[in-house]
Amino acid sequence: MSALATSGTVAAGGYNFAYLDEQTKRMIRRAILKAIAIPGYQVPFASREMPMPYGWGTGGVQVTAAILGASDRLKVIDQGADDTTNAVSIRKFFEKTSGVETTTRTANATIIQTRHRIPEAALTGDQVLVYQVPIPEPLRFLEPRETETRVMHALEDYGLMHVKLYEDIATHGHIATTYAYPVKVEDRYVMDPSPTPKFDNPKMNDCAALQLFGAGREKRIYALPPHTKVVSLDFDDHPFEPTKFDHACALCAATHTYLDEVITDDAGGRMFVCSDTDHCEERRAEGHRGALLGEAPAAIAGAAE
Amino acid sequence: MALARAFADPVHGAQQTFRAVMNALARPGTLQPVDGLIEAPAPLSPVAAAIAVALADYETPLWLDDPLAAAPDVAAWLAFHTGSRIIAAPSQAAFALVADPAALPDLAGFALGSDIYPDRSTTLILQVADFAANTATSRLRLEGPGIKGHATLAVAGLPADIVERLAANHALFPRGVDLLLAGPSSVAALPRTTRVTLVET
Repeated sequence: MSALATSGTVAAGGYNFAYLDEQTKRMIRRAILKAIAIPGYQVPFASREMPMPYGWGTGGVQVTAAILGASDRLKVIDQGADDTTNAVSIRKFFEKTSGVETTTRTANATIIQTRHRIPEAALTGDQVLVYQVPIPEPLRFLEPRETETRVMHALEDYGLMHVKLYEDIATHGHIATTYAYPVKVEDRYVMDPSPTPKFDNPKMNDCAALQLFGAGREKRIYALPPHTKVVSLDFDDHPFEPTKFDHACALCAATHTYLDEVITDDAGGRMFVCSDTDHCEERRAEGHRGALLGEAPAAIAGAAE
Repeated sequence: MALARAFADPVHGAQQTFRAVMNALARPGTLQPVDGLIEAPAPLSPVAAAIAVALADYETPLWLDDPLAAAPDVAAWLAFHTGSRIIAAPSQAAFALVADPAALPDLAGFALGSDIYPDRSTTLILQVADFAANTATSRLRLEGPGIKGHATLAVAGLPADIVERLAANHALFPRGVDLLLAGPSSVAALPRTTRVTLVET
């Protein structure tokens, strides 16, 4: 312990830098490297128990802990927001165990850990986006046996997935999958983009940032290198369409962002606001004003006004 | 014999070296600086040694090429700092360290992974002389994931038929090996996804 303490790597509470022990980090790092070398392929890894329950982002936390360095600036979002429980607790976890600087500004971050959204602002080549993934296997609800889905990926046997999308069309008249919408990576592996809204799928294609996916309970890591071809599955006569909104953001008037519906009273009142809180705040700081900004409570409108 | 030290700061040295390797693999053809090391015993180069110490441990069998295997100090140093077993069969190796890449053995002799588990493949760490354009023996044009459009990489010290070998490796995708090129002060990577051709001069 004393030898480590002199090198400044022991964080609060006596934990190693970024909580995980060094052998665990090496194991995760090796999995990340193979994931980058085989885009869209799910690399098994020896996921550890973390001091938070499965389903709270243990896969993303382990990936972040393995790549994090002392000079990184970390941003954590949950459904686009920096200030919800999951994001706040993971951010505090890394503040406590690594001492790295944290930020809510997308442009300032070098690592962004996310639960189910991709920031609205375009990411850069200096950034890494880490996804928390609950079910990494896109074929899991079609074929429950891991031994079979492994073979299906090996044989590039993705007919079942197209049948599932076709059944959507037969039942609903259109592809009704709106989140965890399957993608094909570099014309090879079908991949689950994690339960991001399909609105975000186009941002994965040719993204300048490295994208890493960690599934803690399911013990899988996969990756998209920068500028990788990512195509949402569809049919010639039913092409993929990202979600569109009929509303503008009630706070910043944006019409190009993913919106959350917020119920404002018990008489049917509601408003639509950006899911990406940082992007919305920046737009308001630039002077964009939504229809309800004046009357929105400070807790929603934030400190930007 | 006193063993040479590895990272002055084991935690952050390993993290910085890993990030350099990660960025190199994510952006094939770019040079990612590696420092913070290392008094490695010759003929093991400091950068190759840093990568080995950052990534190898008791879970990862190591294979050494002839010049490295002939130096007992190298095996002793790697055994102490990584805990890896040194093995004779390249097809069982998680990492292969190659000090003389001009004499690189057939890539198909290393672990290539299976169609079901293509990740169970060897990562080769090749010590190359440098990446300078004026001394390069191979001028490579790279395309594939991680590269916008195309990239170029000039390397000194690779075998003359490296392009054909890499094409055969790429054709195995998703199986295949991944190459890390350890220069004097930086690392570059050629993962199995990269399509490599010679630059026309």
